[in-house]
Amino acid sequence: MIKLTVNNTPVEVPESSTILDAARKAGFDVPTLCFMKETNEVGACRVCLVEVEGQSKLQASCVTNAREGMVVKTNTKKVRDRVRTNVELLLENHNRECTTCVRSENCELLDLAHTLDIPDLEFQGEKRDRYYDDYSHSIVRDSSKCILCGKCVSVCKKVQDIGVLGFQNRGYNSNVGPAFQHKMTETNCIFCGQCVNVCPVGALTEKTDIPRVWAALEDPDTFVVVQTAPAVRAALGEEFGNPIGTRSTGKMVASLRRLGFDNVFDTNFAADLTILEEGHELLHRIQNNGVLPMITSCSPGWIRYCEFNHQDFLPNLSSCKSPHQMFGALSKTYYAEKQNVDPEKMFVVSVMPCISKKTEAARPEMEQEGLRDVDAVITTRELARMIKQAGISFNTLPDEPFDKIMGEYTGAGVIFGATGGVMEAAIRTVADVLTGEDLENIEYQAVRGTQDIKEATVNLGGIDVKVAVVHGTKTAGKLLDLIRKGEKDYHFIEVMGCPGGCVNGGGQPQVPQKIRDTVDLKVERAKALYEEDIILSVRKSHKNEEVKKLYDEFLGKPNSHKAHHLLHTHYTKRTL
Amino acid sequence: MSKTRSMISEYFDKYKINEIDKYQEMGGFAGLKNALEKGKEFVIEELKVSELRGRGGAAYPAHKKWQAAKSRTEEIKYVLVNADEGEPGTFKDRDILARDPYRVIEGLTIAGYTVGACEGYIYIREEYEDIRKRIIEAINIAKENNLLGNNILGTEFSFNIKAYTGAGAYVCGENTALIESMHGNVGRPRVKRPRVGERGLFGKPTMVNNVETYACAAAILNHGAEVYGAQGMNGHKGTKMISLCGNIQRPGVYEIPFGLPVKDIVEEIGGGTRNLSLGKFIQSGGASCPLIPYTHFETEYGYDTFKSNGFDIGSGSIVVANGNVRVVDYLSAVSGFFEHESCGKCTPCREGTKRIHEIIDDMVKNQASMKQFNRIKKIAETMIDSSLCGLGQTAPTAVLSAMKHFEEELLESITE
Repeated sequence: MIKLTVNNTPVEVPESSTILDAARKAGFDVPTLCFMKETNEVGACRVCLVEVEGQSKLQASCVTNAREGMVVKTNTKKVRDRVRTNVELLLENHNRECTTCVRSENCELLDLAHTLDIPDLEFQGEKRDRYYDDYSHSIVRDSSKCILCGKCVSVCKKVQDIGVLGFQNRGYNSNVGPAFQHKMTETNCIFCGQCVNVCPVGALTEKTDIPRVWAALEDPDTFVVVQTAPAVRAALGEEFGNPIGTRSTGKMVASLRRLGFDNVFDTNFAADLTILEEGHELLHRIQNNGVLPMITSCSPGWIRYCEFNHQDFLPNLSSCKSPHQMFGALSKTYYAEKQNVDPEKMFVVSVMPCISKKTEAARPEMEQEGLRDVDAVITTRELARMIKQAGISFNTLPDEPFDKIMGEYTGAGVIFGATGGVMEAAIRTVADVLTGEDLENIEYQAVRGTQDIKEATVNLGGIDVKVAVVHGTKTAGKLLDLIRKGEKDYHFIEVMGCPGGCVNGGGQPQVPQKIRDTVDLKVERAKALYEEDIILSVRKSHKNEEVKKLYDEFLGKPNSHKAHHLLHTHYTKRTL
Repeated sequence: MSKTRSMISEYFDKYKINEIDKYQEMGGFAGLKNALEKGKEFVIEELKVSELRGRGGAAYPAHKKWQAAKSRTEEIKYVLVNADEGEPGTFKDRDILARDPYRVIEGLTIAGYTVGACEGYIYIREEYEDIRKRIIEAINIAKENNLLGNNILGTEFSFNIKAYTGAGAYVCGENTALIESMHGNVGRPRVKRPRVGERGLFGKPTMVNNVETYACAAAILNHGAEVYGAQGMNGHKGTKMISLCGNIQRPGVYEIPFGLPVKDIVEEIGGGTRNLSLGKFIQSGGASCPLIPYTHFETEYGYDTFKSNGFDIGSGSIVVANGNVRVVDYLSAVSGFFEHESCGKCTPCREGTKRIHEIIDDMVKNQASMKQFNRIKKIAETMIDSSLCGLGQTAPTAVLSAMKHFEEELLESITE
């Protein structure tokens, strides 16, 4: 341990701690803009400055190691003045349209400007060239708001191993974006949105679909159906001041109903359905020497990554559409038929923790009979904005249940939102199918948690089925390399494009870095889902009565011709 | 011309690259032979006695740096020549490399021997393409003559040198940025430890020195520290290569004794300023160094005498401005240079260089307010205290020194 003092407060920290660690431990908040533990330790923004006794220059506390006997001051006139000037310099080059910026509520730069009491800037020099790209379905990039912290660059490269974003030019003309100012759509961006989640300002945001959803809701002739992904309920509450990990399923449903959706359904219903389709696909592949390992296809970020970077694995991808696409297809067929609604007049909205789902929903193959499976995708964040726009007092809402017919879900469906969830749900069903029993021990801890690669061998009706779970495209790529080399061999792999799975998706509420530094969002939000799994009486997908009914009345059996037509898809080799 | 000296530059233009025998007959490589004969401790001691300091600009005592590199226990170490000469007004390294390449090879080899490095690299700026070719030729000839390669001059010591080209960014003269660029990464300074002495090229301890430092070390080993030291004047030790340019009659590279007054450099060595105008100020050391006004032209050219006046030897450049030069115009060029060369990584340097340049340019057009003028100081202080690397920390130096020495003139450019 190292002993030092911060603002005369003695503090002890482990070796290799930074001054920032020590200051926080001593109870002092030091502002940061570019720092992200282990991912972006670059010392670039220069707002975490501190004075260290014996050193004439100020030190960036985030990248300076604490040393024995150090005397650190975080709140001196010199520190305040220099930090303030640096923030002023950032603001001067920042497109300060804060009143209309989507991030003004949780902008880290604005927050810091407020804290430092910078009411207005005395000077306004030239601003650097603006690059604005809203061509994709998922991401809007506005370089005029970028403060060049580099967090998106590091996340894209180091966490996801994609590397679409980088620094270009130098000095005052520096900017962050795809090489040669290409549009995001001209890159191999997978639209996971991890960059959006870490952007401290409004330089990277989701492409909003809110106006289209309002328009559909306004139109009396349009029958608007909404579905919510499992991970949304684990994070939506954060937008209304609830602690991270608060489960707000009932209030979410109630708010959607108050927004005017004609039906409020759960993507979990389709998650259960996915398990039946995917589970039977797996059994079929195992029993008929099909291509193995089979790999899940729920995550559109992962699919895009595979289509660009690992095309030799495309035959391994499950042909199942992702749950919300299945749901959309069924809404406009099964449900429309049952309720006698004209599918042409239906508008299906997906509320997703993900921005890649926006691009997925726009894939040309995601339709039948000329009708799009899903008409609009909004993120958890966008839903929160709509709730606020409608003046709904979220926290005082009663808990309400989903609508019938396509609203029932099991514990297996709900855990889809966390890494390992799809695998666990699949094992629960496949185990029952193969043993012909109703197994009671259904919590498969080996596939839970946030370690990089999770592996298990499950004996299912006499067959040793080897499974693996990975999350984040970097780890997925690593695992595929091991499989190629013959070092690993599985029957079934779950891949989620985002680290931690959908709970940490690119459409989830943005959490300030200083909280991200101390709370593991992935773990806390996943807890909410596993909690819901436990309280549900039915926890296996094949026991979902409404799904059973769907097969009895409409689809026939899993992987039937009709199921294939509506619920399965194909993949494309993509190149730049 | 009696005020110049001939130690570092003694063999300038006296041989062609393929005349290595003639070079050795003149006394070339005697420093290396001396070092190999008398041992590593002797080299360090000679450097100490000579008071040689890093000639890239930082002026760190060479014997300390070499001793630190020598003390490292790693098996593989590298020695590196920083020939990314990019400081405006500085071109003495170009002359040393072009006019006596063997001296740099000799100095680097002495360094390799002293610190126990297996290999040396010469990082040459892209613009010196022609010189790079000549250096490679010189390396090959030295190797053929057993001055490089295995068992140099029949000793146990083996050493090789490779030449490397940078891609042309000023900031790559900064050691960590230089190493990053050699690794194929973007040439941006490292944010924190390790320094290159601990983990540099290919992750190994790397000692980096300026071209002149190596050449000077070779001269010291050739003639002895006492002889070299005695070349200085007025109690100063040794000599320095300077690049003299600007409004001067005889611009060029000169070897001068430490201790020579600035006035003599301008008038006797440079032949006085051009256009019948007296010298107004010089900028010594590079764009990141302060201006020296004519009122201080009696100052002796030396580390301590300069330092006590707030001046800098830096890279050894001396840019002379005569009475026709408006200080604000000069500052516009300097601040524009830094705006252009900032790598853009840290806030104060990226944004600060731009804003200072903007204000200076407003002053050039007589459009700046007093508030803007005062803002320069605030931004400059922030850059000095909080920039990530030396570039941002020193970029405002010239402007601040001008505000100190030429405030009255600068205020003429201010409109209320």
